[in-house]
Amino acid sequence: MSATKGGGLTSWLTTTDHKRIGLLYFWTAFVFFLIGGLEALIIRAQLARPGNTVVSAETFNQLFTMHGTTMIFLALMPLSAAFFNYIVPLQIGARDVAFPRLNAFSYWVFVLGGLFLNASWLLPNHPVPDAGWFGYANLTSREFSPGPNIDFWLLGLQILGVASLAAGFNFIVTILNLRAPGMKMMRLPVFSWMTLVTSFLIITAFPVITVALVLLMFDRFFGTHFYLTSAGGDPVLWQHLFWIFGHPEVYILILPAMGIVSEVLPTFARKPLFGYTVVVYSGVLIGFMGWGVWSHHMFSVGLGPIADSVFSATTMLIAVPTGVKIFNWLATLWGGQIRATSALHFAVGFIALFTIGGLSGVMHASPPADLQQTDTYFVVAHIHYVLFGGTVFGLFAGMYYWWPKMTGRLLGERLGKLHFWLMFVGMNLAFFPMHIIGLLGMPRRIYTYAPELGVAKLNLVSTVGAFLIGASILVFLINVWRTRKRGKVAGNDPWGGATLEWTIPSPPPPHNFDVIPTVASRLPRWSMTQLTAIPEGAELGKPHAPAGSWWPLVAACGLPVLALAPLTHTLWVAFLGAAILITGIYRWAFEPFEV
Amino acid sequence: MAHAAAAAHHTSLGLDSRKLAFWAFIGSECLLFASLISTYLIYKGRSLVGPYPHDILNIPFTSISTFDLLMSSLMMVLALAAVQRGDLKWAKVWLFLTALLGIFFLAGQVYEFTSFVHEGLTLQRNLFGATFFVLTGTHGAHVTVGVIWLLTLWSRALGGKLGKANALTVEICGLYWHFVDVVWIVIFTVVYLIQ
Repeated sequence: MSATKGGGLTSWLTTTDHKRIGLLYFWTAFVFFLIGGLEALIIRAQLARPGNTVVSAETFNQLFTMHGTTMIFLALMPLSAAFFNYIVPLQIGARDVAFPRLNAFSYWVFVLGGLFLNASWLLPNHPVPDAGWFGYANLTSREFSPGPNIDFWLLGLQILGVASLAAGFNFIVTILNLRAPGMKMMRLPVFSWMTLVTSFLIITAFPVITVALVLLMFDRFFGTHFYLTSAGGDPVLWQHLFWIFGHPEVYILILPAMGIVSEVLPTFARKPLFGYTVVVYSGVLIGFMGWGVWSHHMFSVGLGPIADSVFSATTMLIAVPTGVKIFNWLATLWGGQIRATSALHFAVGFIALFTIGGLSGVMHASPPADLQQTDTYFVVAHIHYVLFGGTVFGLFAGMYYWWPKMTGRLLGERLGKLHFWLMFVGMNLAFFPMHIIGLLGMPRRIYTYAPELGVAKLNLVSTVGAFLIGASILVFLINVWRTRKRGKVAGNDPWGGATLEWTIPSPPPPHNFDVIPTVASRLPRWSMTQLTAIPEGAELGKPHAPAGSWWPLVAACGLPVLALAPLTHTLWVAFLGAAILITGIYRWAFEPFEV
Repeated sequence: MAHAAAAAHHTSLGLDSRKLAFWAFIGSECLLFASLISTYLIYKGRSLVGPYPHDILNIPFTSISTFDLLMSSLMMVLALAAVQRGDLKWAKVWLFLTALLGIFFLAGQVYEFTSFVHEGLTLQRNLFGATFFVLTGTHGAHVTVGVIWLLTLWSRALGGKLGKANALTVEICGLYWHFVDVVWIVIFTVVYLIQ
């Protein structure tokens, strides 16, 4: 079934090529990013002035829930996954990921999970999830949320968890096992390192939210009382399980962006990354420490002075490896031959904005301060400096940096810088006032506010900033559209990069490398030793490209069908879903497939 | 040809990729069961109404099914050894016996669940019921998947398609089976023995 050749629809539905799957991830996630952004703009329009009536309170709840859920699970994680897919095999000198069909399966499960979650918008009465992206018990119980809203949320997240887990296993094995000869772990590009750490976080954090959601599912569908106080259950159990997942999740979102920035800065400063080893170890340390800080999301629960002190201390500690990275990035720039490309703009913007987000994070590491800030706009400001100023700026740095590799053409630099400045100004206008709005006492997740609160002007500024961000995204899309045919041709290496992906054509051929390179240093293209030339007598036969397969898509289709069973309360739908899933897996296991 | 196959499967760690992935999967599963077992422990003794664990848990009966599952691990080891030395006849026997002991274990669980429900312990009755059934039920679901996997391998063996070259497939199935067994030892200790 080598259907991958050619460019027809079938070839995309059956593809197992990591580059094609990377592009599918990218565009799907970007569409979800636009949807999540649109939801944010409606939220800001509603909050532009006191007592506004753009949307009802119910719709507002749905908007902030879907904005958070969409951005985290359907936009930022899969945008990172797009780069994992496209770039990691190229950086480590591999022909594909370790399990190409599992990779296709991850993508299809992700798309179907995203569609399942968003299908709630299209149903009569719009039963859209409305209990926040964190879905706190007992707001999510049948008693307080009788409709199918929460069901869409919890079943959608279960489906998406499968996609993330499958991708996590795949990238761990790919990075550990498919490195080119000579590519020792401490020669691995930092982006690939951070992908590895992120993948470990994914495979350890997602089982925990799976259990949290399974228990919620039993509460909602089978009448158990895991989170209900009426039978001795404890809603705080949900908070613990959710944040034991939720805090590693924060690092799942930020570490890939840190990896991207660690690639972009050296290239455009024309200097090796300052303290490579320390940056790598800091990333690993963040991965470990990320497991010991979850209760700082729960200071207001009243866990007692000992728990509060411990989690306060661990939270302040985790700022240390993060700070180490920031100083390493600055030192990389110091004394470099700086080329101020759009990619570098975004990478430097990342450092500045992420530092601000990190500082406000250390502020609410202190429980007494946190008690004042929790559930106010101060926290909204913090997370957007970290996830927008951090992750989104990092991802855009990656887009401008690797766009030529992925498409063969460069994005326009002038529009790129316009995009950067609009987004940078818009971001600060939108989110900086939220610090003050929060300290003045405006609670988050409330659909409106009274003029007497004295935050009307600041909210208007914030709304203007949000729309500037929207405009900057339009500039990006115009840039993409204009350069798709007329952009400067990239060649193998438009930037003078140091890593392996720049040794091959842009976009790379299906098999990536004609001959798998032998690596002799951390920066193969910048080293005196260079890459080892093709050895005498090496076989230069046509390397086979991975074949395509329908079965990952078929197996993936089984999951949303399975999830429909509890929604519709029909048993045969469950059997149908299981049958599709099992058929897909068996045909997949027994089809002849050469990697 | 054999050399080409070996070259195609060359890996950086020298460990087969499928096996490495499976170890990562087992690591991930540990967190899944750890969350469920923690939930059980957190809610231990917090049921407002009976039946409570000491009213209902039948340690002698469950000891037998635990022994049964342990023996199935032994059968699994023998099955793998048979496949590795290319002994198709004994591979069939041991694989079938492994699956059969798995089925006995599941039958024991069905019997146990049914009798508990008759004695008034349901999912909805109290926290003990909810945490007990979800924890042991999740484990039972894992055993079920394992039995299906083993029967699939067995049917491949019956068709003569399970030679030495497939030893790794059997080894990975064995990893899963032993892991599920180890999880049961933990559950048996935490839920049944330490009440």
